[in-house]
Amino acid sequence: MKRARVAYAGAIHLASEYNGRLQLTDGRFVNEQDVVWLPPVEPRTVFALGLNYADHAKELAFKAPEEPLAFLKGPNTFIGHRGQTRRPSDASYMHYECELAVVIGKKAKNIKKVDAFKYVSGYTIANDYAIRDYLENYYRPNLKVKNRDTCTPIGPWLVDAEDIPDPSNLSIKTYVNKKLTQEGNTKDMIFSIADLIEYFSGFMTLSPGDIILTGTPEGLADTAVGDEITTEIEGIGKLVSTIVGDDIFREDGDRSHLKIHN
Amino acid sequence: MAKARVKLKKSDYSEEMDILSDGYILKNGDKYDVSQIKVDIPISGTVYGTLLNYKGSLEALKEKIGHPPYNEPPKGPILYIKPRNTFSSFSTPVPLPNGIPELEIGAALGIVINKTATRVKKEHASDYIEGFTIVNDISIPHESVYRPAIRYKARDGFCPIGPWVVSKESISNPDSLGIRVFINGELRQENSTVNLIRSISHLIEDVTDFMTLNSGDVLLVGVPENAPLAKADDHIRIEIDEIGYLENTIISEVKLSKEGVL
Repeated sequence: MKRARVAYAGAIHLASEYNGRLQLTDGRFVNEQDVVWLPPVEPRTVFALGLNYADHAKELAFKAPEEPLAFLKGPNTFIGHRGQTRRPSDASYMHYECELAVVIGKKAKNIKKVDAFKYVSGYTIANDYAIRDYLENYYRPNLKVKNRDTCTPIGPWLVDAEDIPDPSNLSIKTYVNKKLTQEGNTKDMIFSIADLIEYFSGFMTLSPGDIILTGTPEGLADTAVGDEITTEIEGIGKLVSTIVGDDIFREDGDRSHLKIHN
Repeated sequence: MAKARVKLKKSDYSEEMDILSDGYILKNGDKYDVSQIKVDIPISGTVYGTLLNYKGSLEALKEKIGHPPYNEPPKGPILYIKPRNTFSSFSTPVPLPNGIPELEIGAALGIVINKTATRVKKEHASDYIEGFTIVNDISIPHESVYRPAIRYKARDGFCPIGPWVVSKESISNPDSLGIRVFINGELRQENSTVNLIRSISHLIEDVTDFMTLNSGDVLLVGVPENAPLAKADDHIRIEIDEIGYLENTIISEVKLSKEGVL
C-alpha cells in the first residue's frame, strides 16, 4: 500500500492511493493538487549517507569510503511533496540528491544482514539538497550544508516494504524542469540497505520512524530559483519541490505579529 | 533560590520547583537532595551539540588546523545531533560498549529553547530561551573531527541530561558559569562558559540563521578542552554553577545486559 500524510480542509489526514486516486482514511477522495503533502513519516532519528554510490564518490573526487559515511538530520529540514525549498542568495552551487529512504518499522539492535529487512516498514523518496558553498572540513558535511530548513523534501508516499520485493534494484532519476539530469540504480550502492541496518544497529538502537537516506548516484547539477526538481524512484513515486529565493521570507520585515505568547 | 522545571519519573508532566542555593530541592515544603527523588529527562526535543566552541578546544587543535584535512579554522558553528537513543536521565548508568576501555566526558551547558526560533538576532536571543540544563555529551575518544562521529557519539545512553531546567531568570549570567567534572570524587576538569568562542546569544543567532530551533530543543554550547576519560564503574559528576549537578556511573554493557537493564 502507498500511504501519505496530507493536510486537507483544515485537518491532517492519513491517506492512501486507491486506484490511482488519493483517498483520505475517512473515505473522501481528493484531488492530489488540493492537499498539502506532509512528510509521510514524522521523522525521528534520520541518518543520511554520504558517498554511497561509487560513481558519485568519483564525481566528488573522493575514494570510496571503507565504512559508511553518515550524518544525522534534524526535524527542521523536512518538508513534504510539492514544497518550497529555500535557496540562499549567496549560494553559488546548490544541488539536489535523489535518495531512497528506508523507514524502520520496529526496534532494532545488533541486527545481522540476513535479518535486516524484517525491520523495514517501507520506503519513500528524499531529496537531500546540499549547498556546497558552506562545506567546512569539520564533521563534514556539516549541518549548515545538510540541515537547513526546507532542504530535505521527503515523500510523497510511504510504500509498504512488501510491495517492493527488490529495493536493491530500482532506477533513480532526477529531472530539473522535466529534463533528465541524474540517473542511477540502487544496485550500485557501496553499502547496501542490509549493510547499513547491520552497521547502525550494531552500535545504536534503531526505532520505528527512524529513517536511513541511502545516498545518491552521480549527476548532480546546480539549481536556480524557480526550478522545479523531480526526484523519482522506480515503484516508489515522484517527489517534486520548487526552489524559492530568500526574498519571499522577508527577513527585514516586521514579524512581531508572529510573536508567540507563552 | 532558583526556579526549575523538574520532570519526575512516572509523571507525564513537569513541575516547577524551587532549588535552594545549597543545591537542595524544595518539594511540598520538604528539602531533598536530587539523588533522593527520581527525576526523568527534562527536555523533549532535538539535542544539537556544538564542536570546538571553547577557545581552549580550538587552541588544542592549533597545530593541525592549517593542514589537511582541515586546512583552515572553522567559520560557522559546527553542529552535530545527539539522537534520542542517547538520551538518559540523572543516575541512569552509562553503558560502556564492549571493547572500549574509556569514554570521554563532555561537560556541556544545555540551552533549552522555549519557542520557534528562526533567524533570531542576538539582541533577542534571550526571548527564545526557557532556561538551562546540564548535559553529559559522552563520546568514544576520537582524534579526527573531519568526518561526522556518529559511531563515537550516538551510542545508546551517551547523553545524560538534567537533573532539571533552571529558568533563565534564575541565572545571573549564563556566559560566565563555572563547569567542573569530578570522577570518583576527584576534580578532573574545570572551565567556564566565559571561554566560549561564540557566546550563547551569538551561537543562537548563527545557528538559527540556517535552521529553526523548536520549543523543547536543546543547543549545547560545546565541551571544554581536555575532556577527562572515565572507565567502567567510574562515578561521574558534572557541576555547573547555579544549575546543580548531574551524576551517572559508567557500567560495562555486558554487566548491564546481564542485569536486564539493556
